[in-house]
Amino acid sequence: MSDFYFSTKQLTVGYDGTPLIRDITIDIARGEIVTLIGPNGSGKSTILKSITRQLKMIGGQVFIASEELRSLTYKDLSTRMAVVLTERMKPELMTCRDIVATGRYPYTGRLGLLSARDEAKVEEAMAAVHALDLRDRDFNAISDGQRQRVLLARAICQEPEIIILDEPTSFLDIRHKLQLLSILRGMAKQKGITVIMSLHEIDLAQKVSDKIICVQGDHVARAGTPETVFEEEAIRDLYQIDQGSFDPVFGSIELPRPEGEPQVFVLSACGTGIPVFRSLQKQGIPFVAGILYTNDIDYRLARVLAMEVVEAKPFMPITDAAFNRALYWLDRCPRVINAGVELGECNRRMGELIERTRRYK
Amino acid sequence: MPNQTEQAQRSAFLSENLRRRARYQLVFLLLAAALVVITVLNINAGSVAIPVGEILRILLGQAKDSAQYSIIWKIRLPRILMAALLGGGLSLSGFLLQTFFGNPIAGPFVLGISSGAKMVVALTMIYALHFFSRVSSWALIVAAFAGSLMSVGFILLLSRKLKHMAILLVAGIMIGYICSAVTDFVVTFAEDADIVNLRGWSLGSFSGMGWDNVAVAAVVVGITAAVTFTMAKPIGAYQLGEAYAQSMGVNIKAFRVALIVVSSLLSATVTAFAGPISFVGIAVPHLVKRALNTSKPLIVIPAVFLGGAVFCMGCDLIARTAFAPTELNISTVTSVFGAPVVIAMMLKRQSGR
Repeated sequence: MSDFYFSTKQLTVGYDGTPLIRDITIDIARGEIVTLIGPNGSGKSTILKSITRQLKMIGGQVFIASEELRSLTYKDLSTRMAVVLTERMKPELMTCRDIVATGRYPYTGRLGLLSARDEAKVEEAMAAVHALDLRDRDFNAISDGQRQRVLLARAICQEPEIIILDEPTSFLDIRHKLQLLSILRGMAKQKGITVIMSLHEIDLAQKVSDKIICVQGDHVARAGTPETVFEEEAIRDLYQIDQGSFDPVFGSIELPRPEGEPQVFVLSACGTGIPVFRSLQKQGIPFVAGILYTNDIDYRLARVLAMEVVEAKPFMPITDAAFNRALYWLDRCPRVINAGVELGECNRRMGELIERTRRYK
Repeated sequence: MPNQTEQAQRSAFLSENLRRRARYQLVFLLLAAALVVITVLNINAGSVAIPVGEILRILLGQAKDSAQYSIIWKIRLPRILMAALLGGGLSLSGFLLQTFFGNPIAGPFVLGISSGAKMVVALTMIYALHFFSRVSSWALIVAAFAGSLMSVGFILLLSRKLKHMAILLVAGIMIGYICSAVTDFVVTFAEDADIVNLRGWSLGSFSGMGWDNVAVAAVVVGITAAVTFTMAKPIGAYQLGEAYAQSMGVNIKAFRVALIVVSSLLSATVTAFAGPISFVGIAVPHLVKRALNTSKPLIVIPAVFLGGAVFCMGCDLIARTAFAPTELNISTVTSVFGAPVVIAMMLKRQSGR
């Protein structure tokens, strides 16, 4: 049918026959990691539940390896797709190994007894998520991070071609988030397993995914590679951020800038300004920064935190316009902070500026 | 050396596996031993005490003309077998319902299955007596069966509308209340003579069981228990929750129907023959799972059946002999032993987490 492993055509999903999200058309190649992002309640879970057949699709089609999802039996699907869900499972008296072993279900016989091969697969899956030491622990007695790893091992053990994860990093601390995502990354790369998941952490989504799908209310707002999707305005719109900002380059987020008449002029270069900007921002003091080359790391932060940035083109001498603008602010701001500026051939005029401040005070 | 630690882990795992297996064997051995001991005690004890040597001779078919022979073959043996079959069936039914609802307190009573059976039996007894001189025990069995299936039917009907398990459980309890209200209503306006039999049956007892009863119970309970055993694999998957079970390839809708039909068939059979018996369905599965330290259905299902049999035979022994010649209701005894067990285990589970 197509080169894509997983695709949806005009998929409409919702609860009890009421459409929630319409016309979802996605194409995913084998071994890609695709992440659904979007605000709470935007319908990420609804989409995931529909493609795992927990919810009835309302319209459209889903294809897995050119086969229509609805034409597959549950058994057929179970050898292709495994899931890691948000619902907390509370199994009784089961060790982590027992939990992982349930992933062999589609392959065992009538009574569900594990063969030596099944046992080996269980071991392999537990090793893949670094959970071998948890083997005989009671599943209910382990931490959230360990639990997610064990559930992932369970999914891997099912030997699927595609794994669907609903918010796998919720409840995890940063170390376990990174660990889980790098396991997924490795798995997709080495075994060619396709991964579709939802994440709350847009910064992580950007870094782990091959494709991003922005789910917003009743439609998919954007879809594509992280480079095309992660634009400042798009993310602002998606999450309706009116407080603070998002920097698409590093996926970092900032609290809103202090507004008002600038009180401080910060002179900096090459990262010396960053602690000063943050400190002023926390104290709620509006400030101006300059003169910053637009490729300076200080520039990226000053851009979102300062009232104004006096900027200059990279590798060029500072223009008169910029210099005069800096002088203007030097006059108006009650305080000037020199965070430390390394002087060189191009930015000689910064030295001039610093000289002026000495004379002022 | 990673290789060495790996090997150490591997051998630790193997010995853990052996430990588990030894534990299962021990539990089954103990249950089997208890079954034998209680059977002998049960045959032995009563208003006429029969020595063990005599029991063996009679069971082997000798001394056919003695009074003891008839006591054993006509009264005690069918009753013992019935207690074993129905106790096993009831426990299994409880285990299945608990799996179905993912709730340790689910049972035939909670779902209104017992109440439904009781209601139809009450109606049959009171109204049929106006037309026929007496109601045969078969008619009562059929009535209890119909009542049980009616409650189950209601629950199944509701389960199409109600996706949420907790709400379904509440619906079951409500059905139980409605059935009890109807029963109370007809009993209040019935004449005393009509409800004498109903009183005895509705409190639960294994007394008065004949071989014909045993045969029917053995067939029904035997077949359903065997079917349950073949469902061990999907039951295991279902223990992780519906969504996971489905992702492993279980056809959830069909499985749910099968599970509820089998479990209600078991509990309906019990109610039909012995009336409502409380706590067995909740206490025995808990005890057995704890003893085995697993919830794997493949092992738990036979153990629960065996455990239920032992438990009910033991309770029946006490019911018959504790205050002889007065006989206690079976529920009185099962509650005394079952309720504290359930409470103790729940407390332990809480503190264990």
